Amino acid sequence: MTTTLSGFAASAFVASMIGAFAIAGPAQAQTAPASVKIGYAISKTGPYAGGASITTLPNYQVWVKDVNEAGGIMLGGKRVPVEVVEYDDRSNSEEAVKAIERLATQDKVDFILPPWGTGLNLAVGPTFNRLGYPQLAVTSVTDRAPELAKRWQNASFWLGTSAQISHALVDLLAKLRTEGKIGNKVAVVSVADQFGVELINAGRAALKKANFELVYDKTYPLGTQDMQPILTEAMRAAPDTFIAFSYPPDTMAITDQSRVLGFNPKVFFTGVGAAFPLYKQRFGANANGVMGIGGWNADAPALKAYLKRHTEVTGREPDRWASPITYASLQVLQQAIERVGKLDRAAVIKEIHNGTFKTIIGDVKLKDGLLQEVWAVGQWQDGEFYGLAPMNYAGARQAVTPKSAWKAQ
Amino acid sequence: MVLIDILISGLILGGMYALVAMGLTLQYGVARILNLAYGEVLIASAFATYVLYTGFAISPLLGLLIVLPLAFAANWLIYRVMLTPLVKRARNRVTLEIDSILATFGLLFVLQGIAFVVFGGQYYSYSYLSVPLHLGGSIVSVNRLLALGFAAALGIALYLALTRTRSGTAIRAVAVDPTSAQLVAINVRRVAGFAFALGGAMCAAGGVLTSMFLTFNAAMGVVFTMKALIVVIMGGVGNLLGALLAGLLLGLIETFVARLVDPGLTLAANFALFLAVLLIRPQGLLGRRAS
Repeated sequence: MTTTLSGFAASAFVASMIGAFAIAGPAQAQTAPASVKIGYAISKTGPYAGGASITTLPNYQVWVKDVNEAGGIMLGGKRVPVEVVEYDDRSNSEEAVKAIERLATQDKVDFILPPWGTGLNLAVGPTFNRLGYPQLAVTSVTDRAPELAKRWQNASFWLGTSAQISHALVDLLAKLRTEGKIGNKVAVVSVADQFGVELINAGRAALKKANFELVYDKTYPLGTQDMQPILTEAMRAAPDTFIAFSYPPDTMAITDQSRVLGFNPKVFFTGVGAAFPLYKQRFGANANGVMGIGGWNADAPALKAYLKRHTEVTGREPDRWASPITYASLQVLQQAIERVGKLDRAAVIKEIHNGTFKTIIGDVKLKDGLLQEVWAVGQWQDGEFYGLAPMNYAGARQAVTPKSAWKAQ
Repeated sequence: MVLIDILISGLILGGMYALVAMGLTLQYGVARILNLAYGEVLIASAFATYVLYTGFAISPLLGLLIVLPLAFAANWLIYRVMLTPLVKRARNRVTLEIDSILATFGLLFVLQGIAFVVFGGQYYSYSYLSVPLHLGGSIVSVNRLLALGFAAALGIALYLALTRTRSGTAIRAVAVDPTSAQLVAINVRRVAGFAFALGGAMCAAGGVLTSMFLTFNAAMGVVFTMKALIVVIMGGVGNLLGALLAGLLLGLIETFVARLVDPGLTLAANFALFLAVLLIRPQGLLGRRAS
């Protein structure tokens, strides 16, 4: 416990020291409220529940527990516990908007945490903006993020853009080709929704620019779990690299059916879901060598402590992409509130956008409302999903290529 | 070569569709209950199989022996407690259909809610018999082949039972005309309850077998309900062989389009086929025209 908490305690201590300096005025010291009310509407049911229940909700729970076990958020020289108001948005954007309105006007919460997913975050964006609440839109990947962050000054985006992911992947592939580890042929499949379309559009352009040969390039409808026809065709094109911009159920199906078909490209990359603990649990040793979106610097002590703490509190491991970033965004929120020293949302928004924060993913400093360092490509290596690209990040591992052939399971 | 490959993987996929739909055709065709909670029952059996396999090391195939009787009993109970009052007060088929849609819509949320409380929203997936098998030059996965085999066996066995046995004839009589069936001393409510429970057990078989290769979570029931509805209506409501045929056709056309045209058009092809059947044979492929 002590080692687990030391990372958290240290950052909380630093934050509280800074907070102590910030609240110099004695008048403010007397106005500390009895609690900080935090509200959120999250997809507990409906099609987004699968993502929300692995990446977002557990981190809200872990963070609230961590903050309250430490006494609360430091406000006006005293620790104020966090009180939670929770709703289910039922994976429905109208419900989400209604819930945000309700949290702000009826429950009068001090801060609102964002929903899960690109679609819902974009849907509630105007409401957050109008109500003047900071929106930590962590789990949204869109090429419109820079533009949206400009339009909604209260919002910040934490997973980069689709183009960043595709470009980092192609940079990595180009390096592997230069090293002679892979050839020129790439097969790509993508899910036909906004996420898949943005990734493949950016990816296609980047692959062509880097002179890769696209030997297979198809999309499939959302919800497809029968991948054999697609994989058979991709396999016939004999690619060196196979890329799937996929969602969790299709990611599982693509991996399983590739194994059954004996489809063994040198690089095997899948989309959302590769970074989930479910992937490791489902495929065991066969996960090794698989690349996917996300990754983290698993050797960093703060992340090790986080992994342990998350598993203790929720009974499950976090995913290796947006989970640690979600937790870090909450640390940023807390530190920003403490630095401002009062529940002044406008000032907190300003601090989130301008300050530098100590978090489990390292020092965080947003630029134009966007988190700058986001892992785009990770790879399972000996049971852990390490970040590979962008290759200049601290802790970036070397890719293991070619991926060893699938083993019988 | 490619055609054989398409044929085999298409049949395998179609077998899954047929398997998932057969229970619904019994429930809708004979018991006259359009069960909107059908997919939730399927997901519940998938969860049960997952728990039995990962928690107690009971293989999904042995799990069938546990899950199927349980599903039969649970569905019989649902029919007796929840649906019998609706059947009693329904004046004709249309009112029963509307009432049953509303009631099972409620049941959907209850079952889904329980699944969310117990299992949360996250995805579940396990590996069982995910073993490649070389069949006529193409590769199929044993668990999927098994699902096809079950669908075919169950479909044919039940078809024979319905057409060749006395109680099967009673079931068909109820399906054709519940009012007149009473005149020949058939206990309509008991037969309908039996058919509903049997449909529930077949639905559970679908859940157990597809859980071997599909990733599922508590929210996914409605996907199966929709797929099953399409297959049932395409095959002819209440007709098991029709469901088998429609499922296989859908699987074949989907695989054909994915391989030779574009995988992005599989859904479009499915719905085009569905639409064509509705336009040309509104009663379904093997359905009888309503009198």
